[in-house]
Amino acid sequence: MKKSVILGALTFAGLAAGAAAAGTLDDVQSRGKLNCGVNAGLVGFATPDANGEWGGFDVAICRAVAAAVLDDANAVEFVPTTGKTRFTALASGEIDVLSRNTTWTFSRDVDLKFTFVGVNYYDGQGFLVPKELGVSSAKELDGATVCIQTGTTTELNLADFFRTNGISYEPVPIETEAEAQQQYLAGACDAYTTDASGLAATRAAFETPGDHVILPEIISKEPLGPLVRHGDDEWGDIVRWTLNAMIAAEELGVTSANLSEMAAGTDNPEIDRLLGTTGSLGEKLGLDATWAQRVLAVGGNYAEVFAKNIGEDTPIGLARGLNAQWTEGGLLYAPPFR
Amino acid sequence: MSSITDPPKANFRLSMLIYDTRYRSATIQIVALMGFMLLAAWLIGNAVENLNALGKTISFGFFHETAGYDINQRLLDYQSGDSHLRAALIGLLNTLVVALLGCVTATVVGVFVGVLRLSKNWIVAKIMTVYVEVFRNVPVLLWIALIFALVTESTPHPKTFRGLDTGAVVVTNRGTYLPEVLFSNSLGDISLFGQSALRFDVSLDLLAIVLVLAGGFFASFKLRKRADRIQEATGDRPTTWWQRLLVIFVPLGILLAVLGLHFGYPELKGFNFRGGTHLRNSLIALWLALSLYTAAYIAEIVRGGILAVSHGQSEAAGALGLRSGRIMNLVVLPQALRVIIPPMISNYLNLTKNSSLAIAVGYMDITGTLGGISMNQTGRELECVVLLMAVYLVISLSISASMNWYNNRVKLVER
Repeated sequence: MKKSVILGALTFAGLAAGAAAAGTLDDVQSRGKLNCGVNAGLVGFATPDANGEWGGFDVAICRAVAAAVLDDANAVEFVPTTGKTRFTALASGEIDVLSRNTTWTFSRDVDLKFTFVGVNYYDGQGFLVPKELGVSSAKELDGATVCIQTGTTTELNLADFFRTNGISYEPVPIETEAEAQQQYLAGACDAYTTDASGLAATRAAFETPGDHVILPEIISKEPLGPLVRHGDDEWGDIVRWTLNAMIAAEELGVTSANLSEMAAGTDNPEIDRLLGTTGSLGEKLGLDATWAQRVLAVGGNYAEVFAKNIGEDTPIGLARGLNAQWTEGGLLYAPPFR
Repeated sequence: MSSITDPPKANFRLSMLIYDTRYRSATIQIVALMGFMLLAAWLIGNAVENLNALGKTISFGFFHETAGYDINQRLLDYQSGDSHLRAALIGLLNTLVVALLGCVTATVVGVFVGVLRLSKNWIVAKIMTVYVEVFRNVPVLLWIALIFALVTESTPHPKTFRGLDTGAVVVTNRGTYLPEVLFSNSLGDISLFGQSALRFDVSLDLLAIVLVLAGGFFASFKLRKRADRIQEATGDRPTTWWQRLLVIFVPLGILLAVLGLHFGYPELKGFNFRGGTHLRNSLIALWLALSLYTAAYIAEIVRGGILAVSHGQSEAAGALGLRSGRIMNLVVLPQALRVIIPPMISNYLNLTKNSSLAIAVGYMDITGTLGGISMNQTGRELECVVLLMAVYLVISLSISASMNWYNNRVKLVER
């Protein structure tokens, strides 16, 4: 008995000690693998395919970082996390970066001690209901049973929304995305709520997506993005500028198709700095000059990754909307590479 | 005759702590204890230091912050604006409810199955064997998930009741609705602890009913004692059963009539039924799975306890002319209880601890509130887990203490 207490305490202390260590870049490079926390299964954002290969919009960030740091987009250990386990996994050092449609909030940044390196998808919380329910607005959901994924900002927004509108509801907390779908389809809840992008992805996986509608109300702001632990700014910079490189590449017109051509040198100095043809931005990051070329070689720029995984030609069918470049009326705005 | 003298205290030398057998064992124990405490202090210090390095200090201040989330099953009033402490309390009550329901059901089913496993009827005995083996050998989490899937998938959607709109007992895929007890001349509630997180309303109606029932049982007990005295004095036992029933039920009936007892039935309004007592599927699934799983263990304990009573006892009882049912109730079970109670305690403890699997079906017990959503929203893992462990420890020790008290009462007093 005493022995197991001691062992348990030792394990705990060991975990805590691991978390405190800085130098994530060195750790990742000596390990030869990037540990990346992703959603346990959300079509379009993070799912393993029939061969067990992970793919999706969030997964692309992991692969891009791995390409930049390790020169191998496949040197990623994907760690499936739930809404509940993700922060513990990141804080304890089990994963190096969390790319799992996680909302950037004040308390997660300040109180949970995480650094959100940017936003890769501007989202908002919505409701999915069966068409036959005959509901056209979320305000008509008085008394409805609502399925929510537990451990997310969703359940706080939901409580706020119903309280402000003075209507009642019955929350059904659910641990995973898959379970939520099963409960929703079994009719155990009238509505399912999560980020609108997640709803679109969920609906795309249904047998008859046409029988379900996403209500027009978006009840919250959900800037989703990758995050790292506080305390290792160099590592945070690498993930931040990997994301920015993908966004800037779209703005500058660098795609996976014309990458090699552009890398030979262009008349746009910003492209040259980004791709490492001139300047030494890569060295300043602690990487080499061609890091951004490797990032873009994996899946292309932001637009290509978006179109391939969740864009309008995929079953998920999300429009760019807020996620268009600032030059096209969206919110994507990468700081200058200079 | 030589007398034993006290050790000469003046001659105590430090080396005696090791070389003198009178002190040696104490010395070793104290050194070991100090070593253990040093190790514990080092581990705790290490954890605190690392948390500081992460910028997280241990603090329980988050308890008074707004929880912000809703809980579907709440025995006390709770809104999303209440504190994390209040949410933890609601979760704790949910844990206690499912543990209590589970322990009672598991005991009833377990005793029943255990006795039937010894039945001379081959089919009955074999069916019970299959039940015990199937439930015992599959992890309880799978049973919880299976029963939840069954109650959700096999029950009708509330909309199938449209047109019917009400009923005494309604089974839907959102749970089962039972009539609720209402009083038209209610005495009201007493609010304890004002507006604090631990506020608690005590229903005066319930209090009155409990008092009247207790009075009734006391009177009934007195009547039995009186009958015993008359039997000992005269040899004739007066018929008292109807008097004993009267003293319990007449005052209770009068009280309920005065309070204006009536039932509230669930009614279909909008998406769901409203009114009535709502047993959610998560509670039903957790309750059934935990009871059936633990009952399989209890059945084996009961069977073992009965087999432990010497066969001569039932033969002797048979020789006195007792029927088999009475032999079981009057002779075998009272003796078997002495063997049954101690292992039963650990099964009650197991059931209570297993109730923390509730999150699998979205039942908001204390692991779901304090150790789930609150922990996640505040990021206070260490504090929440330590508190959670303390809560389960207190619950388990209380169950243990009360069962040990009962065990001491029924166990054979030996000299």
